Amino acid sequence: MSSDPLRRRRSTHAALAAHGEAWVWLTGGCLALAMTMIIGLLGYIVSEGVATFWPRPIELIELTDGRKVLGEETGRDKAPDGTGRRLVRTANFELTGKHFEWFDDGDVTATTRPAEATVVERLEGGRFQGFPTRLLHGDEVVAAGGEEAWRGFREKHPDVRRRWREAWRIDKGDRGVLQRKLRAARLAVVRAGLSAGADSPAEAAAAAAEKAVAAEVEAQERRLDERTAELRAGNDGWGLEFTTASGETVVLPMADIVRAWQPNKASFQERLGVYASRWGEFLGDDPREANSAGGVFPAIWGTIAMTLIMALLVAPFGVLAALYLREYASRGPLTAAVRIAINNLAGVPSIVYGAFGLGFFCYVLGGSIDELLFRPALVADGQPTFGTGGLLWASLTLALLTLPVVIVATEEALSAVPNSMREGSYACGASKWQTIRRIVLPRALPGIMTGLILAMARGAGEVAPLMLVGVKKLALDLPIDGTFPYVHPEREFMHLAYLIYDVGFQSPNSQAAKPMVFTITFLLVAIIALLNVAAIWIRGRLRRRYVSQQF
Amino acid sequence: MSTSPSPADPRQPPPSAGPATDRLAVVAAGGQVEPEVHERVRQTPAVLEIDRFNLWYGTKQALHSITMPIPHGKVTALIGPSGCGKSTLLRSVNRLNDLVPSVRITGEMRLNGDPIYDQRMDVIELRKRMGMVFQRPNPFPMSIYENVVYALRIDGESRRPVLDEVCERSLRGAALWDEVKDRLSESALGLSGGQQQRLCIARAIAAEPEVLLLDEPCSALDPIATGKVEELIQELRGLYSVLIVTHNMQQASRSSDYTAFMYLGRLIEYGPTTDIFTKPVLRETEAYVTGRFG
Repeated sequence: MSSDPLRRRRSTHAALAAHGEAWVWLTGGCLALAMTMIIGLLGYIVSEGVATFWPRPIELIELTDGRKVLGEETGRDKAPDGTGRRLVRTANFELTGKHFEWFDDGDVTATTRPAEATVVERLEGGRFQGFPTRLLHGDEVVAAGGEEAWRGFREKHPDVRRRWREAWRIDKGDRGVLQRKLRAARLAVVRAGLSAGADSPAEAAAAAAEKAVAAEVEAQERRLDERTAELRAGNDGWGLEFTTASGETVVLPMADIVRAWQPNKASFQERLGVYASRWGEFLGDDPREANSAGGVFPAIWGTIAMTLIMALLVAPFGVLAALYLREYASRGPLTAAVRIAINNLAGVPSIVYGAFGLGFFCYVLGGSIDELLFRPALVADGQPTFGTGGLLWASLTLALLTLPVVIVATEEALSAVPNSMREGSYACGASKWQTIRRIVLPRALPGIMTGLILAMARGAGEVAPLMLVGVKKLALDLPIDGTFPYVHPEREFMHLAYLIYDVGFQSPNSQAAKPMVFTITFLLVAIIALLNVAAIWIRGRLRRRYVSQQF
Repeated sequence: MSTSPSPADPRQPPPSAGPATDRLAVVAAGGQVEPEVHERVRQTPAVLEIDRFNLWYGTKQALHSITMPIPHGKVTALIGPSGCGKSTLLRSVNRLNDLVPSVRITGEMRLNGDPIYDQRMDVIELRKRMGMVFQRPNPFPMSIYENVVYALRIDGESRRPVLDEVCERSLRGAALWDEVKDRLSESALGLSGGQQQRLCIARAIAAEPEVLLLDEPCSALDPIATGKVEELIQELRGLYSVLIVTHNMQQASRSSDYTAFMYLGRLIEYGPTTDIFTKPVLRETEAYVTGRFG
């Protein structure tokens, strides 16, 4: 019977597809590819971002044409004709007109690492590289000779910096406070004029008050002037004389030097010190040199504040909207249409939200608020208060942008609440709202948090709409400070994601700014990750409390 | 269900079945039968009266002119094969079926004389007069304590001594107090299935309901937990008027005073439990309770 033609023949090996292993490889391979890309991207950002502030050695390069340059090698590649070449950060922009220069390998005759080669970070003008020769104070030579001068510099520099910092703080902080006080008094005059009429006793009183304030402010300013003049005088005359690799002599005023280091000579600890101090400046200070150096503190502040305000705004709106859709609205074509519309909103390009935010929030809403509450400012100097981009409007715009995410996630979470719980509550005589508030919402809270986490991740990384509704290249006044009313949601702010664009692509010295871009990106990713981890931690706690398996 | 009825077709004569299933065959063919209600049921004072009650899901009729009094202070069991409308009837008593959009009803129910389906009846107030326990334990995502006093909380009761007293009384009533008294503030979701179900019973009796509705309270429990809950039902006997839906004949015979046999949305026979299980009037009922059918 073995030759029965109807009998199905069995192969000795099952087909590969029948084992299903082909699918394991395909699906696993896709996951591996995705993971590789993500890990590769993050790894690249982290490695580049972390390395930015590490002091690297600088080299004295001698060229065939007799030139000598001092610089840090930052890149290497092959010219089109196949010869190798290197990109060197030569700095000393005021002398050469360049920050970076390419050198063909063939033109280089010798490279050495002189121990006394010094890198100087300045307040403006980019880096300076050279050999210190003398420490000067006015006409007097305090120390001569490379080693002596360097030692003297290290001794005097902290004092100089301290004086500079104090003067800077006075200029930025105290004078700002005085100016605001003066403006408030001026606005009071305008307000009195608007409400009680020009030449009214009220206005006269306000004008008198303004005069008093002006006199007081002037007196205080004079005191500040004296103080800053004294501080600056203390710094005046202090200078460090350098010889560059090409032989020129340059005296750098000590007050202009942010920090200086001798990377070829520095021990590991000294390098670590420089590294830490540069990170400290990066995280805690204001930017300088068109954002390509210094710190990003205002941007960190702006990013976190905006993201949190956005989350606070979007959560109630999104949750309430989803509650209506899921718990109250009757199932029907209209509900389905609304749901589709919400899903589509998630696909609208973000710049459209930016345009809407500018047109509606800033101009219409903000304009009305100005008209109603801040009219004196409009009349006095034509300056809008809420009628322009600001932290509040940017947060609102992003809240709108992330609303669909929250609504969809909340709906999912609500539909995952077992109906038996709702029925149990109804059977106890609870009303619909009591059931929602006491049973459904607590149980759905972890799912809602998931939506919020997604929304925060999306919102914190958004740039395009922010450019229209309040993010600025430079905005050093934080939205919370010591002047009444302490919280200023109308102020423009800085944002890390925008800073990436600005520093990376709008900077006059883009080659030098490149490492900064990596560091800012690293910081942004880290902040978003931190916010997410915090939210996930909260979600875990809620889940343990409210959601647990039934049996 | 060996004689599971096929959809009625008016052109065909009713499927010929044994004499024991005559009435059931009539019902299966879409006909109406007069229920056999024992005289002793009518003589007991009723807490709940169901009067010619019909219910439709959309166009499908699920309950056909049910008329039955539920005796006061007794345990009444509803038995019958799956899909016979026992649970639907139970859920109609506290108007949980109102939540299903396509439901339509005619007829009446009265709770201690108050018409349940009256326009002026506040459904929230109505449900506060009843307690219900479901097939699967459904503790709320909160502490054991808050679960028990839930009905009082939503009524706005916030005096701690009152809540404490009700909590202890209800948990003792549900034979759970000794097991949970030291962890009242812990999540109810951490209890075992049987404990959860007894917690649900405690929650249902916390507001001193006029009727306690139990919808197959043991069907999702293991034998030991089932035994405990059954014991509890015995203890509730006399304290509360209980209406219990069950699939389990032994459970019905052990723990109820009265038993109603339902089939395809009709009441077939209704009488004292001992009579239903030992000398039923109808052979159909006998066939079902002895397991020869259903």
